[in-house]
Amino acid sequence: MERSLTHIALFAALIAILGVIPPITLAFGVPITAQSLGVMLAGTVLGARRGFLATLLFVALVALGLPLLAGGRGGLGVFVSPTAGFVVGFPFAALVAGWVVERTSLPLGLAAGAGAVIGGIGVLYVFGLTGLAIVLDTTLGEAAFLVGAFLPGDAIKAVLAGFITVSLAKMRPGSVLSRN
Amino acid sequence: MLTLTSPVETRYHRWPAGTKLAALAGFTLVLFSLDAAIVPPLALIAVAIAYLAQGKDFALAGLRLLRPLWPFVALILIWHLWQGDPGRGAAIVLRMLAALAAANLVTLTTRLTDLLAVVERLCRPLSPILPPRRLALAFALTIRFLPAMALHLSHLREAWAARSPRRPGWRVLVPGVLAAIDDADHAAEALRARGGTD
Repeated sequence: MERSLTHIALFAALIAILGVIPPITLAFGVPITAQSLGVMLAGTVLGARRGFLATLLFVALVALGLPLLAGGRGGLGVFVSPTAGFVVGFPFAALVAGWVVERTSLPLGLAAGAGAVIGGIGVLYVFGLTGLAIVLDTTLGEAAFLVGAFLPGDAIKAVLAGFITVSLAKMRPGSVLSRN
Repeated sequence: MLTLTSPVETRYHRWPAGTKLAALAGFTLVLFSLDAAIVPPLALIAVAIAYLAQGKDFALAGLRLLRPLWPFVALILIWHLWQGDPGRGAAIVLRMLAALAAANLVTLTTRLTDLLAVVERLCRPLSPILPPRRLALAFALTIRFLPAMALHLSHLREAWAARSPRRPGWRVLVPGVLAAIDDADHAAEALRARGGTD
């Protein structure tokens, strides 16, 4: 019980820190913040239920006014801004990512990568595009045009989520709770 | 831990947090459900007056919080100009600015402790599945571990920089996540040693 609680709290903090540390620069010079990678990892490492709760806790802290989103944004304004859908979708992205890792018998790396793609990109973009379409009063297609530029970065993050999850399992068997 | 609450003490700071949140919810709902062209500009003027009533510095702080929105403002205006309907674009921009400024006003004038109290009160009906003490502990743990984890990651990046001329890439994230898991295990042991979470 205590362990479950502390894992949820610590991963919420981890997602926050990943949005604040200087952006990770990839080999070919695309700067990305690792926040959505943190959301993917919450799902693939902690599993569906705990990943969902950790991410929900992070979103709640943002709502309460801590400037924890990438770029130092936070507060209730986030939830009426054009990017509100992405923030609301974070917990569900982690939920689905974790669910995929828990319910498939694929090798861990593949399962984590697939979970990150389905949850961290598929589910997250459904929420994000809906939010954009509502606030900007556009169609979903027009909204999709706006976020297309972020897709390559997110695809890279999904691959990294797979690699990192496997590395964790190798370095410390038992640390990947979604497969225990 | 730094929050977005304004250090400039305003009259709104003394209003109850629950009332402010309910008013904000009502305001946003009305703003997004009424389609009349007059609504967004009126709403924005009302919010601007609420800011300006508390002085120039406070209003400027509010304006700074709207900064991440400018790319979207430009995008919407250009898009609707191109579509030949600038009036619609202006209405969307004004509505977005009014909604965001109002929400920021509540964030700027409500302390974290007051907001946490509201969350705990709202979650009370859930207490059989989510004990209030455990919820409060989760919030406290996360807030406490934010600086600790930031320090951890910066140490890892320094250790990387001491050994490699290249900039630290995603590889420092593996020990970073591992450290988070270790911290969680230690914190769990410490909690259990002190009588657990209930």
